[in-house]
Amino acid sequence: MQSYILKTATRLLVGLILVFSVYLLFRGHNAPGGGFSAALVAATAFALFAIAEGPGPVRQALRIEPRVLIAWGLLLAICSGLIAVVTGRPYLTGLWWTPPGLDGALAVGTPLFFDIGVFLVVLGTILTLLLNLEER
Amino acid sequence: METVLAILTGTMVAGSVFLMLSKNLVRFIFGLVLASNAVNLLIFAAGRLETSRPPLIPQDATHAAVAVANSLPQALILTAIVIGFALLAFIFILFSRTYQTLGTVDTEAMTDAEPFAGEDSAKGRRP
Amino acid sequence: MQQSNDSAHAAGYSIIGLVSTALPLLLFAGLCFMWPQVVRGGVYAVQWPWMPSLDIVLHFRLDGLSFLFGLIVTGIGFLVTLFAASYMAGHPHTGRFFVYLNTFMLAMLGIVMADNLLLLFVFWEITTIFSYLLIGFDHESAATRDNAKQALLVTGAGGLSLLIGILLIKTAGGSLTLSEWIASDHQIRQHPLYLAIFTTILLGAMTKSAQVPFHFWLPNAMSAPTPISAFLHAATMVKAGIYLLMRMHPLLGGTPEWMGSLVVIGGVTAIWGAVQALSPSDLKRMLAYTTVMGLGMLTMFLGGNNTASLTAATTFLLVHALYKAALFLAVGSIDHQTGTRRLERLGGLWRAMPLTALTVATATMSMAGFPLFFGFIGKEIMYQGALTEEMFPQFATTITLLSNSLMTAVAGIILLGPFTGKRPDHLENVVDAPLPMRFGPGIMGGLCLLFGLVPWWVSAYLIQPAVHAFSVVEKEVQLAIFHGFNTPLLLSVITLTLGGLIYFSRKTLRPAVTAALDAIPLTGQRGYDITLKGLLATAHAVVDGLQNGSLHRYLRITIGVFAITTAAVWWFNADGWTLRLRSADLPLSHWLLVAVMAVAVLVVVRAQSRILAVCALGMVGGGAALVFLVYGAPDLALTQLLVETLTLIIVSIVLLRLPSLAGPPPGPVSVSRWVDSLVAVGTGIVVTTLCIAITNGTIDRQLTAFFEYNSYIAAHGRNIVNVILVDFRSLDTLGEITVVATAGLAGYALIAKRRQ
Repeated sequence: MQSYILKTATRLLVGLILVFSVYLLFRGHNAPGGGFSAALVAATAFALFAIAEGPGPVRQALRIEPRVLIAWGLLLAICSGLIAVVTGRPYLTGLWWTPPGLDGALAVGTPLFFDIGVFLVVLGTILTLLLNLEER
Repeated sequence: METVLAILTGTMVAGSVFLMLSKNLVRFIFGLVLASNAVNLLIFAAGRLETSRPPLIPQDATHAAVAVANSLPQALILTAIVIGFALLAFIFILFSRTYQTLGTVDTEAMTDAEPFAGEDSAKGRRP
Repeated sequence: MQQSNDSAHAAGYSIIGLVSTALPLLLFAGLCFMWPQVVRGGVYAVQWPWMPSLDIVLHFRLDGLSFLFGLIVTGIGFLVTLFAASYMAGHPHTGRFFVYLNTFMLAMLGIVMADNLLLLFVFWEITTIFSYLLIGFDHESAATRDNAKQALLVTGAGGLSLLIGILLIKTAGGSLTLSEWIASDHQIRQHPLYLAIFTTILLGAMTKSAQVPFHFWLPNAMSAPTPISAFLHAATMVKAGIYLLMRMHPLLGGTPEWMGSLVVIGGVTAIWGAVQALSPSDLKRMLAYTTVMGLGMLTMFLGGNNTASLTAATTFLLVHALYKAALFLAVGSIDHQTGTRRLERLGGLWRAMPLTALTVATATMSMAGFPLFFGFIGKEIMYQGALTEEMFPQFATTITLLSNSLMTAVAGIILLGPFTGKRPDHLENVVDAPLPMRFGPGIMGGLCLLFGLVPWWVSAYLIQPAVHAFSVVEKEVQLAIFHGFNTPLLLSVITLTLGGLIYFSRKTLRPAVTAALDAIPLTGQRGYDITLKGLLATAHAVVDGLQNGSLHRYLRITIGVFAITTAAVWWFNADGWTLRLRSADLPLSHWLLVAVMAVAVLVVVRAQSRILAVCALGMVGGGAALVFLVYGAPDLALTQLLVETLTLIIVSIVLLRLPSLAGPPPGPVSVSRWVDSLVAVGTGIVVTTLCIAITNGTIDRQLTAFFEYNSYIAAHGRNIVNVILVDFRSLDTLGEITVVATAGLAGYALIAKRRQ
């Protein structure tokens, strides 16, 4: 497809959508969002990119095989639960760390890593299927 | 609203069953999409639709003070939507591959794995 | 390796076979060490937990009865293995053979030493499977395969029955651990389930121990290699049913049901086997029928509830195991050396095979029950036992007399047929079997005589400990060479006379028996054939009806069954048709939304254009997203909308590669399509009703309340849905993303394969 308007707009939009996706991912614990929707948003961005430029440039921009994303995502999700096992709690127990001095404004926990794992698996799966379909 | 949704899901299921029984792979996919939507709505209705307040805890509270929508079915449906989509994408690929290989979307013509009864005199044995 | 194999073959033995004799020999020696303790009534018990919550414990227990069986299994096991090492030499699958044989032996030991009923069942099934493998060992022959399958089906069905019995015992309050059950004095005989328990257990024992009408598999099992017939189908496996009856005797025995049925079934089996034994000209088949007779006798004596009957059963068990294994092996030797087991082709072999002849002589003398032989003592105690049966003593005595007479005649045929008379020309160059093949039968033949000379020793060291282990003994019944002039002795004399008469009239009797047997319209074998044929026909009919290869048919059945069963469950559980409709004050916008979605569904169904159908589907999905949004589920609405978008993208890529929807030209709608609509509408109505029924009931919000309360306090999250997904129920989510990942990889595999 050769549409300069689409191509130009895509360049702007893809970045914006991806930023929005990351925003959704991290705010998901406290407001609508989360790993699943963030991954879908990101996938939409890449789908748009693929429609405008073709699957090749998408792969170049990604730099990493989408299939590998699936593996990393699963690994991250599985490992986020192992931390609890090491400390003697049941598998996948959520552990939280609140940096002192911030009055609880920030909390980092293993569920966050789990959510990132979810994000990577869903994104990887959709991209694998989508890009391969486009390339045929 | 539950009753109205019940009738709607019934209609969707009826439509999806009719489509899936149509011996055409393309219609089958449409039926499948309808069915998964219908089931999601069914679960949603089963969790009761009493309020429009989303299950979020306000910034200044430690837990929801007023009644909020049932969060449990929402969690179930959320993953169901994504899984449904992943499987749908897989089925799309499967069907397009099937069409490329067999050259038909008529399910009754796809008998490589299981020949019709009586089609092959030696039962279960393909030449 | 090839070299050593060849030299072994030349020497007439298999090295693997010789090595595998070590296992039974070691086990036998081990048992002998426990002998003194067991004779004093001691018990060895070990246990390891396996599935403790289900009351399944690896619980082994060795008492007098297990010990007697253990000695038979390992002792005869050793001699048979040694025999087989020579007999099977040169067979291409000797390794397999000895693995089967030893595994079977261990399983058999497991049966007789298991104290947990389910453990016993597991070993029971293992012997069934290995019996199948061993009967079908020469699997190139179709008849052999059929025979193996028959044994498997008959004994396997009995095994299932036994399992049901065991579970019923548990239901009725009995313990699965036998020793505990006996100790607890739990009276299961008065339980309403007693008859069911007794019947199922009895069926298990009857199939395994070849009782009429399930006896037919045993003669057919003779297509196994002869050492197997000697070990499994004479000395050990067929005795497993007898063992089970002995074990159950103190728990289930002594009732009129038990005594009556065991005496009658055993008696009929005994006489049936004995009569049939006259007919065949194949020595091995003849022996098989005498085994059926022996098993019938054992069952009959277990029907008694007094020490004499039970001692008779226990003694005859040993008598029978010894002479029958010896005879089978000797017949194996004859077969091995001459190439035939048919009576009319054998004769005058005593000069060529002197030791085998001697073995057969002692074994058949024991079988016929000549004085000084172990069989004589067995027969005396059998008459004593038959006379003291609580139920039908006259019947039992008559059966014993007739069967024993027939046994005497058969013994005569087996001994005098092959070994005396004129040697046929084709047997000119026959020599006796190699040493390992003469050793085992020789030992057992010798024991047939030796045990007859020292009955008090056998009684004190083998029989009494076993009898004590499974019955309450008030006054021991001792074995002796001579019990004085009494009824049993008189009956013994009659037996020998009658047996002699039958033997000398064999020329006229045998054809007559064969003709009479052929004339019987319904035998167990024919019943089996009819059952099997009926089963296969039913299976074909069901498969052709359900699994005919049409996706359309499968879907119709699956969905139809779903709709009908759901409706049925609801119909029988719901309190009538009082469905409350809850849609009172719905805003117009909501009505509109639902109406648009419903119309979109209709459009999808009717659409003849792909684009139209996809657009309508998008409307349905988008409508669902709006419903989610309106009723407090922004997460769902967001996800649903995104998925709709992505679906559209994928559809636009794939659908264009698939053909258009243009179906058959418009014409009269077929009947099949009307049925489809009926199924569709019916399912829709069921789903609607189901949904209304669900929302009419009360909802349990306990879990939701927990999540709402703890979401921020315990899990630091204000979005409860997301907290459920990544924290409270994260294991579920992990499973779900694994499904997603699998779908992705499977789709990739489909495409990647194409590219190659």
